[in-house]
Amino acid sequence: MKALYNYLKEVAFAFVSLANGLLLTLKYFVTPWKSIITENYPDNRANPSVADEFAGEVILIHDENNEHKCTACTLCQLACPNNSIQIISKQVETEDGKKKKVLDKWVYHLEMCTFCKQCIDACPQDAIKMTNSYELSCFDRSTLTKILNQPGSKLKEKPKVTAKVQE
Amino acid sequence: MISMIQFSDVLAWIHQLLSSCMAPWLVFLIELVVASVAAVVALLVCVIIMVYMERKVAGHMQLRHGPNRVGWHGVCQLFADIIKLLLKECFTPTRADKLLFVVAPVLSLCVSLLALAPISWGPGLVLWNTNIGVLFVTAISSMGVIGILMAGWSSNNKYALMGAMRSGAQIVSYELSAGLSIVAIVALAGTLNTGGIIESQANGWWILKGHLPAFFAFIIYIIASTAECNRAPFDLAEAESELTAGYHTEYSGMQFGIFYLNEYINMGVVSMVASTLFLGGWQPFYLPFDFGWAHAFNDIMALKFMETWPAWISWVSLAWPLVWFFGKLFLIIFFMMWFRWTFPRLRIDQLLKLEWKYLLPLSIVNLVIIALIVVLGLHF
Ligand code: SF4
Ligand code: SF4
Repeated sequence: MKALYNYLKEVAFAFVSLANGLLLTLKYFVTPWKSIITENYPDNRANPSVADEFAGEVILIHDENNEHKCTACTLCQLACPNNSIQIISKQVETEDGKKKKVLDKWVYHLEMCTFCKQCIDACPQDAIKMTNSYELSCFDRSTLTKILNQPGSKLKEKPKVTAKVQE
Repeated sequence: MISMIQFSDVLAWIHQLLSSCMAPWLVFLIELVVASVAAVVALLVCVIIMVYMERKVAGHMQLRHGPNRVGWHGVCQLFADIIKLLLKECFTPTRADKLLFVVAPVLSLCVSLLALAPISWGPGLVLWNTNIGVLFVTAISSMGVIGILMAGWSSNNKYALMGAMRSGAQIVSYELSAGLSIVAIVALAGTLNTGGIIESQANGWWILKGHLPAFFAFIIYIIASTAECNRAPFDLAEAESELTAGYHTEYSGMQFGIFYLNEYINMGVVSMVASTLFLGGWQPFYLPFDFGWAHAFNDIMALKFMETWPAWISWVSLAWPLVWFFGKLFLIIFFMMWFRWTFPRLRIDQLLKLEWKYLLPLSIVNLVIIALIVVLGLHF
């Protein structure tokens, strides 16, 4: 008796759960103006709605003083599975006579990038981010190799820790 | 609708016209060809609408637009696709069995078109008015698997063969419950003739007159026939993610096009059978009750008010059964599309379990109950 009851319960439950799914798709079907999420690209090129999280081109963040945060540690270069990053650094001498490695060229090979975001995760300084640009194709391959640090830009100084943290 | 023009009158008139100027065998030949071509063309028009409908339904249910570039809302997309398919090479793999490979799509197309013969499209509008109509359709539609097996075997491709084998297992199993639910309605109607079954519903459709068991039979038939058409959620024969495209993996161009067409023709035939058996075919919606406003409603549905109208207007009433026939056809097709774009695909063991452990026992019990209803005269 129990087995028969379970059998019938199973059948009834199956129909209920199927009906739930059917109602959902029917709702989508009869209200297309509400439910359709496809972007009408390129018809809506004038005002596209792209999510902020969309992972497009990698950029090096510069602030208003033309300063970036990249310390040329090359962690992003190591993290990139496609070798699309080349960090070229140079040695400079600071005022107090120390030798220091600073960023010379942040070379980004857009043509080899798969927008995997691993470089962003690897960067300890949060110096780079991905924009949500998506119209990246062009006719000349060489324009896809970009130098991301702007000319004349330099490393942002860390704010000096003056107050004593301990005590 | 006694005073109104009937299809049988029109057909008899055409027959007389032809007989007056031709030998009987020529008349027979011409009528045969014209009638078959008319049926096939009507079905092909339905298929065109179905393909467009499927893509739109699929699109909207998946939060997409569906085709919307070629023509107004993409209505010409199908024609563009057909032209593309026609222009493509029909490629045959090197180690394939050439003859069977070419014959398979044609054979399955022929088989599915054959099932059209006993379908009753309107009052008196039937190609082959035979007393084994429904039996013929069930017998023919289970032969479709031969074309699929041929295609799978001759492709010399393991995916194609596996798809074909699955399709065979599936069609053989689901034949049973489809057949049992058809038998249920045949028991109620007392005839196998499609026209006769439809006429037996002149005071209400079987799905209403046969109480709950008829409704169960309808559901079982829809499930089983979806499986027989190899449509999702039972599309194991194709199962893109597992078998690339199943039995038609190796086909291209119009040979693939024929398999595609075939799927929709099968759907059309199955829906026609379902509407004939359960939803009264070309009968308008009648209430199976015996009181005042139900009679008034039935009179309106039978277009009784048109009898007093001038004769030329009553020509319009010729289209009335056709409107109902195609309306029901597309309603059932919409259901099948709705299922396809909602449910996930079953695994092969789940598929066979569903048939042998659930549908078959249910439909046997259902058939027994229907038999009791018929014997005790409990139906309307
Ligand atoms: S997004 Fe990925 S592929 Fe592109 S530069 Fe960063 S790590 Fe390399
Ligand atoms: S971008 Fe970040 S990870 Fe890459 S070199 Fe500069 S600081 Fe290091």
